[in-house]
Amino acid sequence: MMAEKTNKTSLTIYYIILAVFTIFYVLPFYVTISTSFKPFEEVSISNMWKLPSKFSIEGFKAAFARLGPNLKNSFYLTIPATLISAMIGSINGFALSKLRFKYSNIVFALILFGMFIPYQSVLFPLIQFFQAIGLYGTIPALIITHVIYGIPITTLMFKNYYEEIPNELVEASSVDGANIWQSYTKILLPISMPGFVVVIIWQFTNIWNEFLFAVTITSDPTKQPITVALVNLAGSQVVQWNIQMAGALIAALPTLIVYIILGRYFVRGLLAGSVKG
Amino acid sequence: MSVQKKKARAGFFIILPSLAFIGIFVYYFIFLTIRTSTSNWNSFSSLLSGEYKFIGLRNYQRLFNDPRFQTDLWNTLFFTLFFLAGCIILGIFLANIIDKKLRGSSFFQNLFLFPMAISYVVTGTVWGWIFAPGNLPTSPQGINLLLENLGWSNLQWMWYTSTQSIGNFNLALIPVIIAATWQMSGYVMAMYLAGLRAIPEEMIEAAQVDGSTGTQLFWRIKMPMLRPITLSAMIVIGHMSLKIFDLIYAMTGSGPNNVTDMPAIYMFEQMFRSNRYAIASAIAIIMLIMVAAVIIPYLYSSFRGER
Repeated sequence: MMAEKTNKTSLTIYYIILAVFTIFYVLPFYVTISTSFKPFEEVSISNMWKLPSKFSIEGFKAAFARLGPNLKNSFYLTIPATLISAMIGSINGFALSKLRFKYSNIVFALILFGMFIPYQSVLFPLIQFFQAIGLYGTIPALIITHVIYGIPITTLMFKNYYEEIPNELVEASSVDGANIWQSYTKILLPISMPGFVVVIIWQFTNIWNEFLFAVTITSDPTKQPITVALVNLAGSQVVQWNIQMAGALIAALPTLIVYIILGRYFVRGLLAGSVKG
Repeated sequence: MSVQKKKARAGFFIILPSLAFIGIFVYYFIFLTIRTSTSNWNSFSSLLSGEYKFIGLRNYQRLFNDPRFQTDLWNTLFFTLFFLAGCIILGIFLANIIDKKLRGSSFFQNLFLFPMAISYVVTGTVWGWIFAPGNLPTSPQGINLLLENLGWSNLQWMWYTSTQSIGNFNLALIPVIIAATWQMSGYVMAMYLAGLRAIPEEMIEAAQVDGSTGTQLFWRIKMPMLRPITLSAMIVIGHMSLKIFDLIYAMTGSGPNNVTDMPAIYMFEQMFRSNRYAIASAIAIIMLIMVAAVIIPYLYSSFRGER
């Protein structure tokens, strides 16, 4: 009886704690969503914490008119960069886990280091490089950037994924006379789907949300991804808060949708990205 | 050639292009940045003439004597300390509650992870508005307005525009730390949750049979088992924190008196607004050294352990 009673009180305490934290985590969403649905005349500081008295999509219309092209840029940038970097990661992961060569660990560590560097330390040469080859300020330049600096993380994720797959599977195929390319495409690739899902979600989210490369490699507002356009929108004082909050929501929506639909894989990506060796 | 040898050779050739790209775009570019950081490229005349003059460590010397950069280093230190502490304490705390398998705990788990899917730019924009102080005391905004509505106007202050400090800790960093912790604590929670779920059930049961209370269980069994997770979390959050840029850029900028300034913000301004490429490169290299000091021992130890 006693044990049950303490259990009940502690249960209540747990729920109270969770409720308090829920407020903390939900607060920004509440402000963003309620503000973005307010009509223009209702957006004033004194109304900030209130729900909209009438539902309006004016803010979204205005935000979309300004951010629409940048939203498109973000898709043009993120989709190819994500797919290419996932493909490279898969091939590298195969080589590092199933075709181990001398010093492959050192090679892997050298590649992995690229994941942690502050990108500021390569930014100036990178910009000079794109200026030299005439791609500076373009979306392809951003795609190349994300593919190259994505190599470490996608390689890490696929290496970890393939290490779980028994070596015998690949070896059996080579006994049957398959060459290395065939053991990759016929044996490993078909069972790589779960790995690809995790890596693609991870890269999609990261590249979509990225800001430093986006703001420094693209200077023309029509070529900028949505993260940069959102900051510029917030920087201009004339814009009203409902437009800004609607803009923030539009910028966050694609990754939020991915998270809501494929949350399980998102978490797996998070954990794979936390480098457990 | 044996099959084994053939495979090893193929493996090496498959990796080679990636290794070459990383070699150029990471290592060679870092070398170029170091080269710029020891040059005189701090003015238009030296840039336009293209004249490169080696001036040694003079740019670094200038930085360490620069009060703004000194503020940046203090800000980085305190931001990292509190951001890390916030994420780890919240992470352990929330993971332990979620691990109780209460009804709806997976809902809460997803909710706490939500912010992680969003860009720092969005986080900065939204929290920047929430913490906007307004004109005190007449027209409070954001949290200050909420405090007024709740009848707690004595708790109002200037948030990220405050120039108060305790020692070298600028209080204006507090709202930024809160926003950053909001974004990343769910990640750390997920890491701890994975760690907790990996602890063998028998171990917990054995301890319970021995009469361990919940607290003893936590400190004697769970915490020691979670030590590697804490290390991972410190590495992940720590290296993010040392180079934090987007959040601050979108939320506060450098702030009055540089109260929320960070090396990455200063670097950005020097490079893209003032065209002082050498100083900007020196800041970038100092950031790299700070991150490398954390990452290299970690990579080294985890690869040595693997062999």
